[in-house]
Order: sequence, then structure tokens, then C-alpha cells
Amino acid sequence: MTAATAVATRGTAARRLSNRVGRVRELGIVVALALVVIPTAIVNPRFIQPQSLRDLLLNASIVALLAVGQTLVVVTRNVDLSVGSVLGLSAFLTAQQFADHPGTPLLAGIGFGVVVGLACGLLNGLLVALGNVPSLVVTLGTLYVFRGIDYALAQGRQVNAANLPDALLDLGSSRILGIPILVLVTVVVIAVAAVYLRSYRSGRELYAIGSNPEAATLAGIPVAKRTLTTFVLSGLIAGLAGALWVARYGTVDAAAGTGLELQVVAAVVVGGVAIFGGSGTVAGAALGALLLGTITSCLVVLQIPAFWQQAIAGALLLSAITVDRLLALRLAKALRKTEGTSHA
Amino acid sequence: MRNLLRWETALVFLLIVVALTGQVSTDGSFLSGGNLFYLGLDIGEIALIALPLTLVIVAGEIDLSVASVLGLSSALIGWLWNAGWSLETILPTVIVVGAVCGAVNGLLVTRLGLPSLAVTIGTLALYRGLALVVLGDTAVADFPSSYTEFGTTPLPGTNIPYPIVLAIVLAILFGVALHASSFGRSVYAIGANEEGARFSGIRVKRIKLTLFVLAGAVAAIAGIVYTFRFSSARADNGVGLELAVVAAVLLGGVSIFGGKGSLFGVLAGVLLLGGLRNLLILQDTSTEVLTIVTGLLLLVSVLAPSITRRFGTLRKATP
Repeated sequence: MTAATAVATRGTAARRLSNRVGRVRELGIVVALALVVIPTAIVNPRFIQPQSLRDLLLNASIVALLAVGQTLVVVTRNVDLSVGSVLGLSAFLTAQQFADHPGTPLLAGIGFGVVVGLACGLLNGLLVALGNVPSLVVTLGTLYVFRGIDYALAQGRQVNAANLPDALLDLGSSRILGIPILVLVTVVVIAVAAVYLRSYRSGRELYAIGSNPEAATLAGIPVAKRTLTTFVLSGLIAGLAGALWVARYGTVDAAAGTGLELQVVAAVVVGGVAIFGGSGTVAGAALGALLLGTITSCLVVLQIPAFWQQAIAGALLLSAITVDRLLALRLAKALRKTEGTSHA
Repeated sequence: MRNLLRWETALVFLLIVVALTGQVSTDGSFLSGGNLFYLGLDIGEIALIALPLTLVIVAGEIDLSVASVLGLSSALIGWLWNAGWSLETILPTVIVVGAVCGAVNGLLVTRLGLPSLAVTIGTLALYRGLALVVLGDTAVADFPSSYTEFGTTPLPGTNIPYPIVLAIVLAILFGVALHASSFGRSVYAIGANEEGARFSGIRVKRIKLTLFVLAGAVAAIAGIVYTFRFSSARADNGVGLELAVVAAVLLGGVSIFGGKGSLFGVLAGVLLLGGLRNLLILQDTSTEVLTIVTGLLLLVSVLAPSITRRFGTLRKATP
């Protein structure tokens, strides 16, 4: 065997190892899910009946949607804290549109919500990409601005299910082949985003930007443009989530989605997306959202006081990032070892 | 550095504008002693927490769990009071618990090398969750008036609320620590270039850990203030306050990337936000305007340096 092929095989071995660690990450969430679901199901077999599984997915789907948008942003080493406010603004405006103009076609109304979200995302993206300021601060600012606009427009009003068209409310409750439509929409968004991140050049470039922004610039990647795109997409998805929020809950006031941003970031981090960019998948993030949502439901079923829920979610997030870190350290050691032998 | 000074000047200018507009538009009641007392009460906790948080952010880290530590401290006060402890033992215990919370953050960040943003989002949920576990959704309100009085009466003979006295004392301590001690220089050095700081012999990990512990302890003190001010210990006290505090610190000109900022700017930022809120309430303006103004100020505070820089390069490019 020549030295060159030896290096090559060792290189692929290292790559295989890092791939395996990546896969272990998503597997870990699935195992955690099983660890939560199985004991609950043993205690209360009704927990795994189709209806309750459907509710589980339905409850997780809005956070999972937001987590997909957030993943795109976080992968590029940014963060979008304004998603909760964007969802709230979009939800209220969509509901108001349907209530004030009863003739609004279903898709046009939802499209309106999506456009509201897109506009918010565009503003975030322009400020981050052109203003060249940290996304954490920008989106913390727009978190306040969007929520304030939401309250100012709502003037304390609330849109009730009675004022919404049946077609919209049906969307929140009906199902196809036993699967709620909301869940199907979420799965489609996850699939599109996953394929985009995995197989498209501009999707791969997002990881490159997150791994090393300077190197990405030097490699000719249009960093500002890609960053702008991720914020627009995150806003767009938050807008869609807002419209779906209306369909799901029926009653909307200006407070919809308050504080959701931290849940979303938690789901993304639990799902294995590195907060400093460069790695993670939308499937992982969506699984993270599902896991956090499932824990909430299990606590209810197990009759553990709901007060424990937040503490457990926090502990879970901490253990997820700790395990990630330890795995990464081991991986780095293993890679160093293969490199060391190849030079020998 | 010059940009920074300019931002602080701008803040003071804005403060004067707010004070004068307030004074004129409210026929002199804005700067009256009674109103300043309420203004002081209103910003007490934010002012307190902003002090250690400034140091944390200058060192290039962030702590989003402070409001949850405030809530946990409040819940603990209620729980221990119900269990029959005396307040003389409860208060030190609570501060120690706050310091321990901070130490957990600090150890996860320094020993495991985890990003503080992720760690403190986790502990934000964890500490708030523990507060809920301790006290549930009940409220404890039967504290002796000799204590709650501290939250509702001014220092005898003045209009200065006790929490502000506490904040001023701590501000002097933190000001000296940050601006006039080798510890403070180390904090700036870590924020500017952590690697460089380590190579020049600064004990980066120990200093960061100290900062997180301080943030936890002061957040617990703010929890005590909050509890006595409303004479109500609840697990959900101060929910969401972390964003307001971070906003105040950043508005004060501290760079989120670390290494830049001053305690003076932060105090001006806290006063500006508090003054605006108070003014809007006096004028019966809806609070949503305040929310928008808070956000816009925050955006301006980060955009201003970037825009002036751009203008600066433009001017240089076209001589």
C-alpha cells in the first residue's frame, strides 16, 4: 500500500467517524424520545393511542416549524430571537384579515401571514447583513419592535374563532390519512429545508459560512447575501407558523407566541445544531422540538406537576450540549490520532 | 474608543432631552421628588443586575439566566419563610444560592468550554423551573412590614429609594473593579482577545467564573428587592427581565463581542430606558410605544457605530 492511499483511507476513516458521531446525535434524540415515551406508555397505555400521538405531533409542529427556520440561521453562526414576535404579528394580522374581510380565500389569507413574516425577516436580514451588526442584538431589538407593533395594531382586541372562516379552522383540526394537516405542512417544510441544506450548493455554503465566515468570504461565497436569505427564510417560516397558529388555536390576541423564541432556540440546541454555527440538521432540530413537546405531554400523563416541566427542559438542554461537547472532544482526539499516524 | 465616548455623550444628551421634554410636557411633575422616587423604584432591579452583567458581556460572555435566578431567589424567600425560617437567615441563604447558580453557569462555560449563550438559555429554563417546583403557582405575601418598607419608602429625609442606594453602592464597587483595578483590565483584555489574555498570564477561567458568580449573587439580591417591593414572593417574578437588562447594557454602549463598554454608559442606558418608560406612563401613552422605542433604541445603538464607520471610510475614500 502506498503512503498516499494509506493517508486517504485514514482520512476516510476519520470522516466516517465524524459522520457516525453526527448520526449518533440524531439517534440520541430518538433514544431520549423512546426513554420518555415507553415508561409513560407502560404507566398509561392510552398514551400511545393514535389520537394522543396525533396530539403530540400537533402540539410540537409549530415549534418544530420555527426550529427549521432557526436552524438555517444558527447554522450560519447567527441567531434569530425575533421569531416569537414575528409569529405573533403574523398571527394577529392574519386573523384580523380573515375577520375583517370574511371573503378572503384561505390561501390568500395564509399567504398574507407569510408575507408579513417575510417582511420582518427581510428587515432583520438587511440590518444584520448590510448594517454589519451582531444578529443577537438586532433580533433582540426587533423582538421588541415587532411585538410593540403587534400590540399597537391590536389595541387590546382579540379575534375569536367565531369570526374566522370554517375553512381555516378546519385546516387546524382536519387530517389526511389520519395525519393532521398541520403536521403534514411541517413535515413538508422540514423535508424541503433538509434537501436544500444537504444537496444544494447554496445550502452547503451556509455551513461553510458558519464554520468560518472569513474563509467563506475568501472562498468567494456571497456571505451577506446568504445571511440575508436565511433571515428572510426564518421570517417567512415564522409568518407561516403564525397563520397556522390562528388555524390551530382559533383565538388570537397580540400576546400570541410571547417567549417562544427561547423554546425554539432550546429545541434547536437540543437537536444538535451547534450554537456557533457550522453543523446541525433541520431533522435534528425538529426532533428536538418533538422531544421537548413530548416531555411536556408525558409529565401531564404521569401526573407529575407541570411545574417540573421547565426544570426538566432546562436540564435536558444542558445535558444535550454537554454530551455534544464531550463527543466533539473525543472526535477531535480521534482525528488527531489518525493524522498523527499518517505522518509517521 | 472615540466612537464609544461619542455614544456615551449621545446617551447623556438623550437623557437631558428626555428630562427636559418630560419636565415641560408634564408641567414640572416629571422631575419632582415624588416621581423620581417611583422612577428609582421602577429601575432598581434592572440597575442592579445590569452591573455584573456589564462585566460578563465586556468579558465576551453573556448570562441570560439572571431573571430566572431573580425568580428562584424570590420563590426561595417565600418557601423558606413558609417553612418558618427567619428573614435574617433567609436573605444570606438566598444570596448564596444565587452565587451557586452563577457558579454552575460559570463552571459549565469555563470547565467544559460550552458557549455561554446556550448554557444560560438552559439554566434560564432550569432555574425558573426550580422556582416553580419550590413554590408552584402560589404567592407568599405575609412578610413583616419592617422589611417590605425597604421596597416602598425612601431613605429618610430624601426621595431616594433604598434599592437605588444599594445600586449606587454596588455601582461604585463594580465601577472601581472594572475601571480602576487590574481585575477590570483583565476583564477587558479577555473580552478583546481571550487567547492573548491567556498567553499574557491572565487567569481567564477563574476571572470568568468570578463574573458569573457575581452575576448570580447580584441577581439573587435583585430578587430580594423585587420580593419586598411588591411584598410578594412568586415563582414567576421577573419573567422576561433578562432581555430588558441585556437591552439596557447594550444600549449603554457595551459591545456584544466583548472588550468594549463602560459602567457609566450602562447606568445612562438604564436611566434612559427607565426615564422613557416613566414619561410615557405619565403621559398615558400606551406601553406598546415603549416596547417599540426600546427596540429602536437598541437597534440605533448598534447601528450608529457601524454607520459612522461607513461614513468615516467614505470621507477618507473621497478626499
